[in-house]
Amino acid sequence: MRLKDSPAAKIGASIAIATGLYGVSFGALSVASGLSFWQTMVLSLLLFSGGSQFAFIGVIAGGGSGVAAMSASALLGIRNGVYGMQLNALMRPTGWRRFAAAHVTIDESTATATGQSDPEEQKRGFWVAGVGIFVFWNIMTAVGAFIGDALGDPKQWGLDGAAVAAFLGLLWPRIKAFQPAAIAVVCAVVTLLAVPFVPPGVPILVAALVAGLIGWFRHNPDPGHDADGLEADIEPYRADAHQAGPARQDENPGKGELA
Amino acid sequence: MSLWFWLLVAVVLAYATKLLGYLVPAKVLANPRMSHVAGTLTIGLLASLTVVNAAASGTAVVLDARIGALVAAAIALWLKAPFLVVVLAGAAAAAGLRLLGWP
Repeated sequence: MRLKDSPAAKIGASIAIATGLYGVSFGALSVASGLSFWQTMVLSLLLFSGGSQFAFIGVIAGGGSGVAAMSASALLGIRNGVYGMQLNALMRPTGWRRFAAAHVTIDESTATATGQSDPEEQKRGFWVAGVGIFVFWNIMTAVGAFIGDALGDPKQWGLDGAAVAAFLGLLWPRIKAFQPAAIAVVCAVVTLLAVPFVPPGVPILVAALVAGLIGWFRHNPDPGHDADGLEADIEPYRADAHQAGPARQDENPGKGELA
Repeated sequence: MSLWFWLLVAVVLAYATKLLGYLVPAKVLANPRMSHVAGTLTIGLLASLTVVNAAASGTAVVLDARIGALVAAAIALWLKAPFLVVVLAGAAAAAGLRLLGWP
């Protein structure tokens, strides 16, 4: 099958364009938080994981230290390791492809691959989404960083408000059942309680510790009960989701309530 | 310089984490408890980052125009707006409230 006839490649391409576009908000927010143009670009080119990138600049913007920013970023990246295991089982890449696949293993490429049932389609979807997002995300990061530099005072333009909205937008699609909502509320409260007592950036790590402990001790071993927002399904574009169709695994109503 | 250092550490750890998933035999790490922890960690971190960016200023909890951004973003998400619209709604709310004199 040629690439342009592949349904998975079409899904991957539409996700790549939509996700790549919001690289512009990352670029602008990153320079507003105090990173240089090249520090911003290194995050998009080499770290390449939206959540971890926003976490890094979010800690810096709040006055946190480099080590706190690095820790928040690394902890948010743990899920990519889990995606890597799933994708390795599905696609079994070998040689240099394995190293390339690892770099573009993110929420969206994993969701595109795991939404397909045919193994060839899984591969096409993964590579089109992964490489496509990498290209668009980096172009739009550069555009955003230029715009951010030109804007001057970031507060005047509400860029700090844009960062708040971006984090809520990343969190929102994961809140599909009671348990993730409860975890989010508990971690938000823990954060607010910790802010006055520890250096900036550290409250985020305290919340991460609490979330990790909840995950460890409240783990339900029944494999049928894991539709609680931690599976690879992060696709914040509802309009796209309709186009994407098979990429969404959570369309059946009520599935989220299982958790 | 120090920021560059931690930034590069974050870059290395991010790639190492991704690669680990491909290199470690599946049965070693295919522990449902680990993927559950990765999931709760992600939710907890994003919730915490949202709150810090909305209400923390150094070591103080403050109510300023960013709370307006949080509310505007929540409304936009409730209305199923795409991510970029959500971000723009947050920026517009914070900028608008500042024009009206809120800090």
